[in-house]
Amino acid sequence: MARARDVLIASVALLLGRRKTRLRAGGEERIVPAGEPQPGAELLVMALLVAAALCAVAFPVFYALDRLPHQTQLLGASLGLSLLFIAAALILTGKKLIVTEEIEEGYPENEHEAEQEALVAVVHESGSRFTRRRLLKGAVGLTGGALGVALITPIVSLGPVFDMTPFYKTPWRRGRRLVDEKDRPYRASDIEEEDFYTAFPEGADKEALGSSLVLVRLPKDELDLPPENKGYAADGIVAYSKICTHAGCAISLYRAPLFQADEPRPALVCPCHYSTFDPGAGGKVLFGPAGRKLPMLPVYIDRKGELRARGNFDGPVGPSWWGVRMRKPTT
Amino acid sequence: MIRKAVRFVDQRSGTAPLLRKTLRYLFPDHWSFLLGEVALYAFIVLVATGTYLAFFYQDSTVQVTYHGPYVPLQGQEMTEAYRSVLNISTTVKAGLLIRQTHHWAADVFLAAIVLHLLRIFFTGAYRKPRELTYWLGISMLIVSLLEGYLGYSLVDDLLSGMGLAIGYGVALSIPFFGANLASLIWDGPFPGQHAFFSRMYIAHVFLFPALIAVLLGAHLALVALKHHTQFRRERRQSERKLVGVPMFPGQTPRSLGLMFAVAGVLVLLGGLVQINPIWLWGPYHTYSSTNGAQPDWYLGWLIGGLRLVPHWDFVIDGYTLVPNPFWGGAAFPGVVFAFLFLWPWLERKVSGDYAFHNVLDRPRDAPWRTAIGVWMLSWVVLVFFAGGADRVDVLFDISYTSQIWVYRVAVWVVPTLLAIASFWACKELRAAEVVHREQHRAEEEAHAAAEREATPV
Amino acid sequence: MRLALLAAVVCALAGVPAAVAAGGKLTPPPTGGAALRGYHLYGRYCLACHGMGGQGRTASTPARIGAGPLRAQRQQNAVAPSLVGVGAMAADFYLRTGYMPLPRLGIQPRRSRVLLTDRQIRDLTAYVASLGKGPAIPTPHPERGNLSEGLHLFTDNCAGCHQVVAEGGYVTGATPPPLEDATSVQIAEAVRIGPYVMPRFSKKKISDSQLDSIIAYVQYAKHPDDRGGWSLGHLGPVPEGLVTWFLAATALVGVCIVIGKRLSGGES
Repeated sequence: MARARDVLIASVALLLGRRKTRLRAGGEERIVPAGEPQPGAELLVMALLVAAALCAVAFPVFYALDRLPHQTQLLGASLGLSLLFIAAALILTGKKLIVTEEIEEGYPENEHEAEQEALVAVVHESGSRFTRRRLLKGAVGLTGGALGVALITPIVSLGPVFDMTPFYKTPWRRGRRLVDEKDRPYRASDIEEEDFYTAFPEGADKEALGSSLVLVRLPKDELDLPPENKGYAADGIVAYSKICTHAGCAISLYRAPLFQADEPRPALVCPCHYSTFDPGAGGKVLFGPAGRKLPMLPVYIDRKGELRARGNFDGPVGPSWWGVRMRKPTT
Repeated sequence: MIRKAVRFVDQRSGTAPLLRKTLRYLFPDHWSFLLGEVALYAFIVLVATGTYLAFFYQDSTVQVTYHGPYVPLQGQEMTEAYRSVLNISTTVKAGLLIRQTHHWAADVFLAAIVLHLLRIFFTGAYRKPRELTYWLGISMLIVSLLEGYLGYSLVDDLLSGMGLAIGYGVALSIPFFGANLASLIWDGPFPGQHAFFSRMYIAHVFLFPALIAVLLGAHLALVALKHHTQFRRERRQSERKLVGVPMFPGQTPRSLGLMFAVAGVLVLLGGLVQINPIWLWGPYHTYSSTNGAQPDWYLGWLIGGLRLVPHWDFVIDGYTLVPNPFWGGAAFPGVVFAFLFLWPWLERKVSGDYAFHNVLDRPRDAPWRTAIGVWMLSWVVLVFFAGGADRVDVLFDISYTSQIWVYRVAVWVVPTLLAIASFWACKELRAAEVVHREQHRAEEEAHAAAEREATPV
Repeated sequence: MRLALLAAVVCALAGVPAAVAAGGKLTPPPTGGAALRGYHLYGRYCLACHGMGGQGRTASTPARIGAGPLRAQRQQNAVAPSLVGVGAMAADFYLRTGYMPLPRLGIQPRRSRVLLTDRQIRDLTAYVASLGKGPAIPTPHPERGNLSEGLHLFTDNCAGCHQVVAEGGYVTGATPPPLEDATSVQIAEAVRIGPYVMPRFSKKKISDSQLDSIIAYVQYAKHPDDRGGWSLGHLGPVPEGLVTWFLAATALVGVCIVIGKRLSGGES
């Protein structure tokens, strides 16, 4: 009981007792001006710090508790609030307990002319024994350039920098079967109207840009392929590269009207920038930023009714680059 | 005790005079001078949280099958990289908190940089002798944009994969060397070889942060060497005389308070507001995509640019000179940053003002600068909004195609109107001030005259 | 009230129903029961567009969607698909989602208030089902579905339009809806019907058990694992950017204003 009283008295003394700040000896002028004490603000700062400490203590507790629902939220709230309480304490200290003097001072000199001159002189005078300056400069420049080139040469190993053929390569060649994600061959009868299918070349890397296809089947009277794509479709089935020619996203939207008379016509759409292509017209751009039609793959139906490529795409696959239209894709 | 410590340090380093000067280094007081500090503290949070994440992240594109606790992904094929981030978000205790805090810190870091830049621009703080500081700052902004993009891409979820594909498309579209450059970075065509992720990783956790740190150090050193700019609020403030609060004691608790506030807000967001829930997006494959994929806000202006450009490539006689994504993805930011870099030089050339400036302009004091700045800002912001037109279509049923056409015109017309309006507003505000001052002086004179009359000579 | 509203909608649609009716062939009404009641409802609400006996009315020029504001989808008067053979499935889907009747012609049907009573819907469905042999209302079993398979299939087939967490999206000229209100039966129906510009998935492409998995995933996606906190609608960077600016940046600028002074206008 007596102990509790002692503790109580001690804490009251701690809370209320204030230390007189000792000034420097003698009547020397202060550097930081004096200000009135603000006991209320002091108490508030202490309260904020205690609150911060409590929140900080809660963090390891929440951390230690397994299978706590909303653990991330509790952790974030405890740590975040702890930090915010400290912030409040500091800001309060800055505003109420610390003297905020506004003092003046000259800006640094704009320039030091004598020093500048001295620097120039040092450089000039140091080189006074050189007589063939121009030649020397040339030699230094040559060496610097050559060494620079030598030092950046290994960067070329990072990738096939001058060889553009990989950009034209696709796994497609005549006779290659079209398979689905689980490597099952597509049969022509699998492909139905008003639906879209993702196909890959049998046995090739599915992730390569030149691999994936989007297949759709259109009623034959709706196919209006340009002359260069005649014979690309097989029984109304058309195959296009699944990679948008604008920025390389996958074309995973097929706009397939249920009732043609009253609804937008069929289109393949890329969800990144909404480039819209016409599957009935050889992949022509209908809307959106793509600057090149969607590459079309010629397909045919073999004797077993399975779909196979008749050759390669009619244009390079994926986003365009400088000179992209000059060559056809190769296997 | 303090005396002992001071004596110890001074006797061994001789830095007491320097430290005293540092303690009494002056900070002119205005809230907008603190925006750069917010960015600095967000950067500290980024480094701290990022280091923790690096303890768990694996930069491998080896295909694995997921068997972790998140049911909807069990049994799916994914890269080791994506699985490691899934683990950070699910099985690593406090991992999700740190990851979300890191992501929020990145978003806030760039927001603070942009706000800081706007303050610097519209008050003319970049003028001689502070052009170097300004150019370092702009360079940091560019590196930070790339740094953020890499962080977003490293996760290898569906959204980051789509973002990388677009980045690849933009790189490829650069005339003359785009394809070579992309081939160098990705080690061949997209999606590149395994080494590509290692390259992104080292760039994200070392090259770019180190670059930012070096630029930041130089930026701060230059600020300190030339001292801060100030608004002219009192008569004693001038081009030669700085008035401010000393670093210690006045500024220290406030700056530290701001630091804790930044960290607190970021951790609080990291715990309470979900950011980039990668477990919901699923793994990326080149052949899959989702609707509504967007980059983080600070690259939103680029997706807007990419979407607004009409569908043509620049082709001469069958030879593609400039593929389409170049305009929105590379030329557009190129123009914006070229403008930012060249502006101090341009302004000096045109105005012929080669003087040193320590006192800031208010926006109204420089109507031309304000008008041009408003033009650029509203141009970028409108393109940014255009990037969200699909969401507006979904939410408010306003046709996307119509919006795109409206934006194609509006991005040129609206900034021009706003620039004219702001120019006019600056002039009017200045004129009103002059009238006000004249009135004030007339009143004072009348008052003085009345007093003279009243006092018997 | 409900009926009055419905009548208003239909009157707006109908134009001159008598003329339309006169154009169509007269089909004998079904005898008795729900189908007969449905027949009368059909005459009141559907006949104007879908024609006598659900034969539909097609225009000669197809509507095209263009690339400009002035080339938006063209509208024709009273064009509607045939309902012969669509079965109970389609009728049930369109009526229970409020897709039909359309408020006006030539627009994408959207989820809206269902104006017909449950009994009226059953009657109408029975009538439409009686028009020809067609699929019945499906009975999916999402509880048998596999969430992981569902997410995978959803990503492959649906996410391009509906967004990977089924929050809805955009496709040039149409707006794939968010699936937050879709019931299991409606999802099963939509996958098989392919309403508006949605693809139609056959059982060959998506088997009934796969469909169960997809439905299980869509139901999961309504309330997915939001272990990160406030979900922001599972839309990713757009709402995150809004939070960055309107919450975080605003709060921190506020702190800056508390700490620093404001400019007190001009010289003093």
